[in-house]
Amino acid sequence: MPKKALSENASPSNKLNLSTAELKETAKKLRRHVITMIATAGSGHPGGSLSAADIITALYFRVLRHHPENPRWSERDRFILSKGHAAPILYAALAEAGYFPVAELETLRKMDSRLQGHTDMNLTPGVEMSAGSLGMGLSFAIGVALAARLDSRTYRTYALLSDGECEEGETWEAALAAAHFRVDNLTAMVDCNGMQLSGWTRDIMNLEPLVRKWQAFGWHVIDIDGHNLDQIIAAFLEAEKMKGKPTVIIARTTKGKGVSFMENNVAFHGKAPTREEAEKALKELK
Amino acid sequence: MAEASTREIYGKTLVELGRQDKDIIVLDADVSPSTMTNSFAHEFPERFFDCGLQEQNMIGIAAGLAASGKTVFASTFAVFVVCRCFDQLRLCISQPNLNVKIVATHGGISVGEDGISHQAIEDLALCCALPSFTVVVPADAIETAEAVRAAAGASGPFYIRLGRPKTPIVYPEGYHLTLGKAVTMRQGKDVTIVATGIMVVKALEAADILARQNTDCRVINMHTLKPLDEAAIVKAASETGAIVVAEEHLAQGGLGSRVAQTLAKEKPVPMEFVNLGDRYAMSGKAEELLQRYGLTPGNIEESVKSAVKRK
Repeated sequence: MPKKALSENASPSNKLNLSTAELKETAKKLRRHVITMIATAGSGHPGGSLSAADIITALYFRVLRHHPENPRWSERDRFILSKGHAAPILYAALAEAGYFPVAELETLRKMDSRLQGHTDMNLTPGVEMSAGSLGMGLSFAIGVALAARLDSRTYRTYALLSDGECEEGETWEAALAAAHFRVDNLTAMVDCNGMQLSGWTRDIMNLEPLVRKWQAFGWHVIDIDGHNLDQIIAAFLEAEKMKGKPTVIIARTTKGKGVSFMENNVAFHGKAPTREEAEKALKELK
Repeated sequence: MAEASTREIYGKTLVELGRQDKDIIVLDADVSPSTMTNSFAHEFPERFFDCGLQEQNMIGIAAGLAASGKTVFASTFAVFVVCRCFDQLRLCISQPNLNVKIVATHGGISVGEDGISHQAIEDLALCCALPSFTVVVPADAIETAEAVRAAAGASGPFYIRLGRPKTPIVYPEGYHLTLGKAVTMRQGKDVTIVATGIMVVKALEAADILARQNTDCRVINMHTLKPLDEAAIVKAASETGAIVVAEEHLAQGGLGSRVAQTLAKEKPVPMEFVNLGDRYAMSGKAEELLQRYGLTPGNIEESVKSAVKRK
């Protein structure tokens, strides 16, 4: 299947090539899934799933070249979720894209479910990496991107990191290596929601100036509003054109985005909403 | 006794495998002149990646390559790849059961003068703790080549531990290693010495000494620690009635623990253990260290006598 240019107008008949308006509705739907899944499971990480929702929606319903009915298609673009605790938003996207039934989302975190608390690449169709221990995804993505180069394959590799993960040493090892090996078929995204488990990232371990750090490590850096779908899609297009160096998209996001009482609320990093809270959240996401 | 470097044969075997299979990729972390992966780098520069002093990153890259269909050999010193990268080995390789072969050099105290920072003595316990790993400690260069070939031909994660010094050759050319199948190096009826790595040749020397004192020792080379050849151990315990385990490792978690666990369930007999105990060593020449820390044929001889006495 030839790769579609990102700038092409979406065909309404193709659910993996949505218009921006349709993407907005899909992002909302995925956010609703996140709330329902985590509320049903009684545990999970809503904040970091909601902040990444627009990026993941743009990827799965516009940017990625993939066949949900053939998850291991050799030419597929690879999406590596390094911030494994955002598994619910990935599962929601995979289900809506057709990798498995949407009804399966309610099994999240339950015994014998294919939808583990953090991702498992051998269990879940469409999941590329077992993640959950932070800082490992970019390294893994380099390996995947190098394999494409070795095999002369044209797929791109995408890795989504959290900003908190940029506190891990291995992230910066990988940042050095990706530039050194010139893996320009790799696009990293940092979901900069500014918060981590116990508070504001700037208070716990300041990362700024993040753009200059990645630039100094040899990356092409694009700084965007991570909830603006036009900016997200334009950034992926720009990344695809960049040759000779990897690209990182610094996506400025809001933790808990879309649910008023979860936004910028550290309590919802790793806590499930109660039934009442979930109902309120779902109303807001209508 | 003729000696040969297990590292050197590792490098040569990688080149041989690289010629047969274009999907073999080799990673190193700045120590390729020591691990001898540089032979592969020289012949296949496009399939060799020096990850610099980034062991954790190297493991992640290895996992990504393996997830994309490659057979990946990743090498550095045992301490750095196992102890520093345990979480990466666990989540990126063991859990997803990826085709990554960790071939670590500089295992044990026979590393010598570099001292405790470079002496891996916990690595076997850690790697045997990883569910999908196969763990192999070759006894000599010939067995090393066989182990590396076997790893390349099998799917899933491997940990192969090599040493720094040259090692006496205990096998003839043409020896074939079967993973998980122990090798009886010497038949005997009074006691069995189960050894691995450089302790195999020391066990054979101890058996010679003991033969002159009318103690007939069986010697088993347990090259594969995981999966363990439990049948060979139970048979040896049943037939000889006493077991001595010798390894260049801490007392806990290595071959001794694994053999004891098997026998406790299947066939309890008197056991003795020749290992480093529960302590770190120091700088020194390899042979001096092995002497000081109790890893000599003499130490095995004493343990055999204690075990036989308890029968």
